[in-house]
Amino acid sequence: MTTQLRGEEVGQRLQAAFPDAVTSWDDDVVRIEPDAIIEVCQFLKDTPDLDMDFLSSITGVDYVESFEVVYHLTSLTHNHSLVLKTTLYGRDDVELPSVMGVWKGADLQEREIWDLMGIVFTGHPNMKRILTWEGFPGHPLRKDHLGG
Amino acid sequence: MTPPTESITINMGPQHPSTHGVFRLRVTLDGEVIQDVEPIFGYLHRGTEKLAEERSYTQIVTLTDRLDYTSSMINNQAYVMATEKLAGLEVPERAQYLRVLTSELQRIASHLMGIGFFLQDLGAMGTPLMYCFRERERILDLFEMVCGARVTVSYMRPGGVTQDPPPEFWPALRTLLSDFPHYIGELERLILENEIVLARTKGVGVLSRELAINSSISGPNLRASGVAWDLRKADPYDVYDRMDFDIPVGSNGDSYDRFLVRVMEIYQSLRIVEQCFKEIPDGPVRADVPFFFRPPVGDAYAHVEASKGELGFYLVSDGTIAPYRCKIRAPSFINLTALTDMLLGWKVADLMVIFGSLDVNMGEVDR
Repeated sequence: MTTQLRGEEVGQRLQAAFPDAVTSWDDDVVRIEPDAIIEVCQFLKDTPDLDMDFLSSITGVDYVESFEVVYHLTSLTHNHSLVLKTTLYGRDDVELPSVMGVWKGADLQEREIWDLMGIVFTGHPNMKRILTWEGFPGHPLRKDHLGG
Repeated sequence: MTPPTESITINMGPQHPSTHGVFRLRVTLDGEVIQDVEPIFGYLHRGTEKLAEERSYTQIVTLTDRLDYTSSMINNQAYVMATEKLAGLEVPERAQYLRVLTSELQRIASHLMGIGFFLQDLGAMGTPLMYCFRERERILDLFEMVCGARVTVSYMRPGGVTQDPPPEFWPALRTLLSDFPHYIGELERLILENEIVLARTKGVGVLSRELAINSSISGPNLRASGVAWDLRKADPYDVYDRMDFDIPVGSNGDSYDRFLVRVMEIYQSLRIVEQCFKEIPDGPVRADVPFFFRPPVGDAYAHVEASKGELGFYLVSDGTIAPYRCKIRAPSFINLTALTDMLLGWKVADLMVIFGSLDVNMGEVDR
């Protein structure tokens, strides 16, 4: 059975390593500041007893007043998982650093989020639309998208 | 002195005989050697995630059938598991057995299609594919008995399955179970030691263990690279924890191993189906869940080992009858991440072998 790591435990460790990075935590989620995403992910991947080597999925959710990006991480070695969330404010020019340098698996998923949700991943080498065509008006998974 | 050469960019697809749907590759070649590949897709994008936001939790089951249309049962299972996690529903034991049973039959059907089309890509036109389809047909006949549909089954519901299989299903399943090992053995003898298959797949398109994990590759493609990671064992759901089966693992991560792992998985799936057949208890097949229900505000992620890899659903509820957000973690889509790395340096003739060995399904890639 995959163990879900406790948010409190990981949150406190992250706070010790990166004092300004952690926003809050609850039972199974750690919320972090968007600017710290690369450092935190690298830390989670490189720390031997965490060893988050597998990025299961990245999801963008539009809560209208903010966007939330959710990272589902898994360690294949220790068979445990963690949910990492970060909140982005604003509607235009929403940006988040890309974690492609940590996990290559983020490549297509980040492009998908840009295409459908309109969040730019800075540092991604190929930030292009992926499911819709170049020139598609808007980002269809946004709640205010009415179709073209 | 070597004459000056110039690389050429060509376009494969979107309508190519072996692209498994509408899929395009922009390939840069130096002579016959692949220098760069850019996969271009989205031609089949139907906006499933957006459509799901407009439908009730029960209605979305029909949308999941159309993701990877060769493994609808498993898609149903992943989705209903996410709703159950979100709404805290209990599933009767008999329903869990039926889900595992039908999902494993579906995995066999899907792997048969994967193997058949892979051989078609190698140039074995028709014959092996028809052998695979003959066997798959038997499974689809069983699905028709169970739920009336063959491909887009919509058999599962939040809290269980739609109906108990009719009495004639069980003898038919018994016949299938006694026939299948022979069928698959026949297929195995026909192809696994075939010299052309060996020459074209051994050592071709190697995906290293490190790259596979780092690129979030899952399913048979990951296991072929030597990683014994199967969610049915690693994070058992429904009644998989009671099943006795092995995880076939490859050693080289080449196209042959990916193909071999699928053949071996069919035998393991047969073992699971047989155990379900023997152990299935009597009882209700569905918890008392109304057609419209309102899960509490919150989110849930559930994943299953689909025939192509880790299929996950991330649902966000705002307390209404429809999900606020329904994200699909599609294995075929993410398995394409490593495609370019796998193709670089190979000849253009190996392109379809390597791409075919990944067994992607465009319905799931484009959603």
